[in-house]
Amino acid sequence: MRKTWLGLAAAGTSAAMLLTACGGGGGGGGESENEFDAATTSIVNPSDEQGGTLDFAHSDEFDSMDPGNTYYAANWDFTRLYARTLVTYSQEPGAAGLELVPDLAEDLGQVSDDGLTWTYTLKEGLTFEDGTPITSEDIKYAVARSNFAPDIINKGPTYFNQILDAGDYAGPYEDENLDNFEGIETPDERTIVFHLKDPFSEFDYLAAMPQTAPVPADADTGDQYQSAVVSSGPYKYESEWTVGQPLTLVRNTEYDPETDPLTRNRPEQINVTWKQEENDRDNRLISGDLDVDVAGLGVEAAARGEILRDEALKAQADNPLTGFKLYFAINPNVEPFDDKACREAILYGADKTAMQAAWGGAIGGDIATSMLPPGTPGYEEIDPYATPEHKGDGDAVQTALDECGMSDGFTTNISYRSDRDKEKKAAEALQQALAQYGIDAQLKGYETGTYTSEQAGSPSFVESEELGIMAYGWGADWPSGYGFLQQIMHGDSIKDAGNSNLSELDDPEVNQLLDDAAQTEDPAEREQMYGEIDALAMESATFLPYLDQKALLFRPEGLTNVHFSEAYKMYDYSSLGVAQN
Amino acid sequence: MTAPLDVPGAAETAQPEAVAALAKSSDRGRSLGQIAWMRLRKDKVAMIGAGFVVFMALVAIFAPLIVRFLGHPPNEWNQEMIDPILSTANQPWGGISPDYLLGVEPVTGRDIFSRIVYGARISMLIGFLATLVSVVIGTVMGIIAGYFGGWVDAVISRLMDIFLAFPLLLFAMALVGVIPDAAFGLQGNGLRIAILVFIIGFFNWPYIGRIIRGQTLSLREREFVEASRSLGAGNFYILRKELLPNLFAPILVYATLLIPTNILFEAALSFLGVGVEPPTPTWGGMLSEAVDYYNAAPNFMLAPGLAIFLTVLAFNLFGDGLRDALDPRTQS
Repeated sequence: MRKTWLGLAAAGTSAAMLLTACGGGGGGGGESENEFDAATTSIVNPSDEQGGTLDFAHSDEFDSMDPGNTYYAANWDFTRLYARTLVTYSQEPGAAGLELVPDLAEDLGQVSDDGLTWTYTLKEGLTFEDGTPITSEDIKYAVARSNFAPDIINKGPTYFNQILDAGDYAGPYEDENLDNFEGIETPDERTIVFHLKDPFSEFDYLAAMPQTAPVPADADTGDQYQSAVVSSGPYKYESEWTVGQPLTLVRNTEYDPETDPLTRNRPEQINVTWKQEENDRDNRLISGDLDVDVAGLGVEAAARGEILRDEALKAQADNPLTGFKLYFAINPNVEPFDDKACREAILYGADKTAMQAAWGGAIGGDIATSMLPPGTPGYEEIDPYATPEHKGDGDAVQTALDECGMSDGFTTNISYRSDRDKEKKAAEALQQALAQYGIDAQLKGYETGTYTSEQAGSPSFVESEELGIMAYGWGADWPSGYGFLQQIMHGDSIKDAGNSNLSELDDPEVNQLLDDAAQTEDPAEREQMYGEIDALAMESATFLPYLDQKALLFRPEGLTNVHFSEAYKMYDYSSLGVAQN
Repeated sequence: MTAPLDVPGAAETAQPEAVAALAKSSDRGRSLGQIAWMRLRKDKVAMIGAGFVVFMALVAIFAPLIVRFLGHPPNEWNQEMIDPILSTANQPWGGISPDYLLGVEPVTGRDIFSRIVYGARISMLIGFLATLVSVVIGTVMGIIAGYFGGWVDAVISRLMDIFLAFPLLLFAMALVGVIPDAAFGLQGNGLRIAILVFIIGFFNWPYIGRIIRGQTLSLREREFVEASRSLGAGNFYILRKELLPNLFAPILVYATLLIPTNILFEAALSFLGVGVEPPTPTWGGMLSEAVDYYNAAPNFMLAPGLAIFLTVLAFNLFGDGLRDALDPRTQS
């Protein structure tokens, strides 16, 4: 009863505060009541109560529920409920949520002097849902199947494949003798040693991926394993699951919370339903019929309007940064962008406020002035192509055009993903802004499914179709500068197909800094390097960042312990509980 | 029809108009066209439809002029009209005002009125041109099949069956997705419009082809054709001079009824995102964007919806009236 009363009072207060336009931050002490954006920086409705049913819904489906075979941040967040990993992210709100804590392991990775081996020791008393002990072999097997068998398990990233010194190991399905996998060594049941080709200072982030969740080899059914994942966490499948059917998780009686650095066992039962129509899903969230949108990307336009118009509903919403950078890549291999001045004309001509409007205004994101996402360690605010109010600077454009010998403007193309309305609108905004300076850009839409594999991500296609400017978005696989920058800026990342370095940036200085950062152990030193890379990339004038995307997340009233996870960029699903009346 | 012909008023009330028209003008002959025009003129519904069609055609032709005086450039963003938080118009009624006759688009603040007016250009252009393609191919194929018969007829008829069985929408979506940037001396939107015209027109010809074939089958056995043939006329002459003029009425009627179908098809393609490239306004494209804002900005959805609805309805009413006027047998 007390809780309800407090909640109501807080809703009234926040409304009053908004009326007097003095905003105010989230409550102190890392806890707070219902208030707009409160869960971004604090825990809303903290409670130790256990029990109840937590209902998740997805507007579509995940790629796979197999922890070793998925590439969705939301699923990496969700699988923590039934798959524990060597290390994991803390459950703190705010920046503290980026901190890694040992989960199955006793401590974070111990790196050797040469940086080539990383060693973890498992805690004692860890068991699977059937009571059998979790051994280092189970983790070695999990990494082997998820990274070295691309014919069968291919939906997740393969960082381990790239950095482990495993020779030409063919994966556990072709080569049944796990001893042949030399990239990982298991001297005893509790010790696991990773052998790297080159030093990689951010290895702990890889150990936090769900791919290090143990998998018993005799339970593995390849890509069908998702129908009966063997739990190592607080919850387990109630029964064998069929793709598309609702998924029910119940308590894993063998789970020992004493071994767990996190508290992730509040609800009695967890349900997930799939393919719920977006607007219906939003309505059910608002009515409290549903607890969480598991995809974690925020509500649709219709619900957005409803929530933002109603102060009481607004107090139940959060508007955090998603870590996604929205930008246009300018390709220097397409004329006239071989001339840097012509690229600068685009950077000065862009009206970022219009592009922000395309993504839904201030709620849709913050205007971005450089590539590194704010909040990434090492981020420093820079704006080398500043224009008045971000609306573009006609004089600077003309100067740049004169310098590149195209005083009257030129023609080019802007590509975008035609099934992404907001990206399309942003491309239209850029086109309109450039048109006033005589730069005539033709819009070209392509399907999302083939955009990176065949069009914008294919340098030969880009050149033949003259895609000078390409709309793109990028988020990091793990919350560090390296995880974000490497794929879109390193010269070695340029590929003939499936290229994500759309700007085809191959700057020796940037490449060197990225390589060095991977081998630098001191985090502070690394972070400084990421800042330098960011500045150099902007200096190259091949990136036009315009928005740091924000999501509008809704937390229904009955949800307890709600906080945003900076690591996964959505609510921390492992923390959630359900209010008991 | 038992009333004697000399009873005053009976001609107007009880007799088919054709008979009445012929009775009144028995002294001087009137061509079929004149008779049809007289009937059409009396059909108020058809004339309203025709009026609206002409109106939309004028709107499409004079779009730049209309927008210059009554609207804003169709692709111009007017962010001062948009609430930065809600992304919808910051004025009541979706921004409808003397300045913005139909309000503004959410997000961009573009003038809906201007975009409807410009959208008419794409709809009418593709509707007319695609129909022209269908009519030309359909007439040629239908008349050849009907006139020559035998294996020629068999081949063409089977071809029509194949075309009718084709999943047109899926094919159109696939084809538009893979067209290159420039081809046949065209590029950008010009090329896309040409491709849309080709796809819609090329795959719709069997409908009109079948009708022409049926008409030709019955016409070729008629006495005037026999007479012409006995006088030594060649096949081409008979097709052109004897059959084609007699097929004019069905061609006109079905062309009129095909135009709205094609306008709808273009709208469907634009709705699905495979029409012309943005920011070129199209009714279907506007409708598709309006879906997200149906309750926050109903004017955004209503405007293109009504434009499509009224234009298609007008064409259909006019086409129905035209059919009634040209073919006395269909009189109700």
